[in-house]
Amino acid sequence: MLRDAVGIGVAVGAYGLSFGAAAVTAGLSTAQACALSLLLFTGASQFALVGVLGSGGGAVAGIAGALLLGSRNTLYAVRLGTLLPVRGPRRLLAAQLTIDETAGMATAAPRGLAGTAFWATGASVYVMWNLATLLGALGAARLGDPAALGLDAAVPAAFLALLALQVRARDTLAVAVAGALLAAAAIPLTPPGVPVLLAALAVVPLLARRSSR
Amino acid sequence: MSASGLWAVVLAGSLGCYLLKLAGWSVPAGWLAGERLQRAAVLLPIPLLAALVVVQAFAGDRALVLDARAAGLGVAVVLVLLRAPFLLVVVAAAATAALLRAL
Repeated sequence: MLRDAVGIGVAVGAYGLSFGAAAVTAGLSTAQACALSLLLFTGASQFALVGVLGSGGGAVAGIAGALLLGSRNTLYAVRLGTLLPVRGPRRLLAAQLTIDETAGMATAAPRGLAGTAFWATGASVYVMWNLATLLGALGAARLGDPAALGLDAAVPAAFLALLALQVRARDTLAVAVAGALLAAAAIPLTPPGVPVLLAALAVVPLLARRSSR
Repeated sequence: MSASGLWAVVLAGSLGCYLLKLAGWSVPAGWLAGERLQRAAVLLPIPLLAALVVVQAFAGDRALVLDARAAGLGVAVVLVLLRAPFLLVVVAAAATAALLRAL
C-alpha cells in the first residue's frame, strides 16, 4: 500500500515537472506556479488555468476552466466521506488532498485500509507534485525562449496524455472529439479562453441520451 | 496580465477549487447522488481537455494556425497510442517543435 502510494507520487512528479514548465511558459512567475500547486492542488485544473491564460484568455475564463475541471473533486469527496471517518479540523486537510489519485486509491483499497491509502497517497502526491512544480518552473525560467525549446508544443502534448487517461470507451471518445471540434469552431469566433468553456457543452447530448432510457 | 492580476487569478482559482473539494465533505451525501450529476462530473474533463489540446496546438490570434506545435502534437498522438510514458510524450513533442523551428 505504501509502496503504491510512493509509486503514484513518483509518476505524478512527471506531470508536476511539465506543469511547472507550462506555467512559466504561459507567463506566470515561479512563485505563482508553486502557489498553484500548493494551494489549488488539482492537476488538470491547474493545467487548464495556465493553458487559458497562456492562450490569451482572461481571468474569468481561466478560473471558470479550473472550476469546471475541479468539480469532479466534489463528487470524490462525497464518496470518500462514506469510506473514511474524518471529523473536525482534519476534514479541512482531507478536503485539500481530495483529487483523482487519492480518491482512486482509497476506493480501490481493501476494506479498513481506505484511510491509510488516502493519507499515504495524499502525502506522497502532495510532496512530489510541489517539488516537481518548483523544478519544472525553475528549469523553464532558466532555459530561455520557450518557443525555441518547443515548450509551447509540450503543453498540448501534456493535455493529450491527460486526456488519454480519461478516454476508455467509444462514447467518451465521441465526447472528446465533439469537444475538440467545438473548440476549433469557436477559436476564430470568440475571445481567447471561451472555446475551452464552450467545449463543456459536448457532454449535454450524452447526458440527455442516458436519462431518456 | 499584470503580476498582481495573475496573483488574483491564482488565489481566486485556488479558493474556488478548495471550496469545491470542501463542499463534497460537508454536504449530506444524498444531495449529490443524482445519476446525471455524477455522470456530468465524470465526463466534463474529457471535452475540456480535448479543447485544451486544440487551443494549445492550433490557436493563433483569433484564427486556427498550423505550425511547429501541430507537428509536435502529431508525434505525441503516435506516442500516446503506443502507450509511451508521460514524460517521453511531452519531451518528444517539444523536441519535434524545437527541431522544426531550428531548421
